[in-house]
Amino acid sequence: MDTNAAVKVKHLTVSYHNKPVLWDVNVDIPAGVMAGIVGPNGAGKSTLIKSLLGLVPPLSGSVSFHGQTYKAQRKRIGYVPQRSSVDWDFPTTVLDVVMMGLYGRLGWIKRPGRKERHESLEALDMVGMHDFAGRQISQLSGGQQQRVFLARALVQQADIYFLDEPMAGVDATTERAIIDILCRLRDAGKTLIVVHHDLQTVQSYFDWLLMLNVQVIGAGPVNEIFTGENLKRAYGGQIALLNEDNVLNTNNAPAFTALERAE
Amino acid sequence: MSWLTILGDYTFQNVVMGAAFLGIISGALGSFAVLRGQSLLGDAISHAALPGVCLGFIVAGSRNMGSIIIGAAITGGLAALLMLALTRMSRLKTDAALGSCLSIFFAIGVVLLTYIQGTENASQGGLDAFLFGQAAATLRSDVWIMGGITFVALAILAALWKQAKLVTFDAEFARTLGMPVTLIEVLLTTMITLAVVVGLQMVGVVLMAAMIVAPAVAARQWSRHLGGMVMIAALVGVISGISGATLSTLGRGLATGPLIILSASAIVLVSLAIAPGRGILWEVLRLARQRWSLQKRQILYVLYQTRLEQDESERSPWLSRSALTAFALYRLKRQGLLTSFRNAAALGKSARQWRLTPSGVRQAQQITATFNIPQHG
Repeated sequence: MDTNAAVKVKHLTVSYHNKPVLWDVNVDIPAGVMAGIVGPNGAGKSTLIKSLLGLVPPLSGSVSFHGQTYKAQRKRIGYVPQRSSVDWDFPTTVLDVVMMGLYGRLGWIKRPGRKERHESLEALDMVGMHDFAGRQISQLSGGQQQRVFLARALVQQADIYFLDEPMAGVDATTERAIIDILCRLRDAGKTLIVVHHDLQTVQSYFDWLLMLNVQVIGAGPVNEIFTGENLKRAYGGQIALLNEDNVLNTNNAPAFTALERAE
Repeated sequence: MSWLTILGDYTFQNVVMGAAFLGIISGALGSFAVLRGQSLLGDAISHAALPGVCLGFIVAGSRNMGSIIIGAAITGGLAALLMLALTRMSRLKTDAALGSCLSIFFAIGVVLLTYIQGTENASQGGLDAFLFGQAAATLRSDVWIMGGITFVALAILAALWKQAKLVTFDAEFARTLGMPVTLIEVLLTTMITLAVVVGLQMVGVVLMAAMIVAPAVAARQWSRHLGGMVMIAALVGVISGISGATLSTLGRGLATGPLIILSASAIVLVSLAIAPGRGILWEVLRLARQRWSLQKRQILYVLYQTRLEQDESERSPWLSRSALTAFALYRLKRQGLLTSFRNAAALGKSARQWRLTPSGVRQAQQITATFNIPQHG
């Protein structure tokens, strides 16, 4: 029931000036799922994650994580921001960025030491970036940058992970590697909440889905939510369903192939 | 004046020590300003320090360093906060907010300055030196104040090193870890204000911004770590401070402050030009190497294809006849990959023809294989 929801959102409204970016969002994301958040550009996907993490102040509404407030649960929550949100020409190394994930645990004065180095190298190993530990971050490709950000979240040892478009602009190998790691985390009982933009891969990647366009279009197991009807409601004219027969001939049938035209 | 007498000179000692402290604090904190994309924040703060200097003078009734520094820090900090508030709460972009803060505060400062000069206060002498700095007026007590401020700022920076680093690199992530991001940002801005205040006496409000930006920009070229960058920036600051102070002793009427800035700028220019990996020279060399490598492969490939087609009449018609190609052809000849001969019968007396040597053929085969293009014949 509701008690085992990893993330519970009630009447969340966020506005930018007088334009609502999110309108009365009510969602319970169960624990231990790989949840996708999809919706057109400007649907408020990133804003939703950021307001859940306290980065964007909501106009109204409440959020709880495993029944507790964000502040009480902060140490159990990991975050992978959009790759483009930082300056990759910053003078630092891959290992250093990963160790930043441990700063919260270290408190005010303590510096990262041998133990932190070791943990960070292990996380880099998991994302296949062990050999890049001493590399300048300005020399990384987009896919490598994304893996470093993922490693930084992995060292947080969180129970709930928020990932903002981790598959945007990365190569196919990296996308595969990221999905493998996320699946392993899910199988270990973690909850993963992923903002995603590629509708073609929604069904193969996620087992739970939130379809969003300012309001909640649908939330639940992916097979129930990823329907042609919901896609049309969320994307309106922006979407071209390649295989309309497949979508329309049965009730609640998943849309097997869909293409986002605008992007 | 010999070098020994200059080194023994009391004023010179003061100036050098002051310049060194200024170099350390502005280099270290300037690094954070530059990395946070707030290079011009120092400009706004230093211009806004002028009304504070004047108010400090009016309150104390004399040219008292302590009250002047406190006044400068207050109005400089006020301008910085006003700027942040303007960008957050109004539709003004950062540059517009910065520009308006800078000019409003500086205008107030100039009005106060001319007012003080009009009152014919006997001790007002040298207050306008804060515009462009007057290093020679530095007292030993001023030096200790500058040293104290530098020490405090560096101690705070060392204690909160990892917070300052993470907030500068990724403030949002820092917030999700529970770091008091706003507090750290205000603290960094406050310390940049302190750096500006330290430099007012030596460099003046107009040129102080360069002292915040230049050492950091130069240091970024040479370092791969934040710690290294901050230390190199401090070192660049010290070197430019001391060399500026020394240069000004070489002749009469050479102002120390501008010479310090010019020294720092010289180091910036050299760093931008030749720093390994990031310098312009490095970039030019890398581009030239890449172009040469591509051109070499293209020439060998074309000649090899011509050879495969056994088209003796057209030995090298696909190569462009530019000087660049000619140079590349001779270079390949020197490397033993090509031979040349004249074929007067086919193309006139001046046409030089090119042919692959056996080792040229081997290289061309490798190139063809790596491009994975099916071979003819």
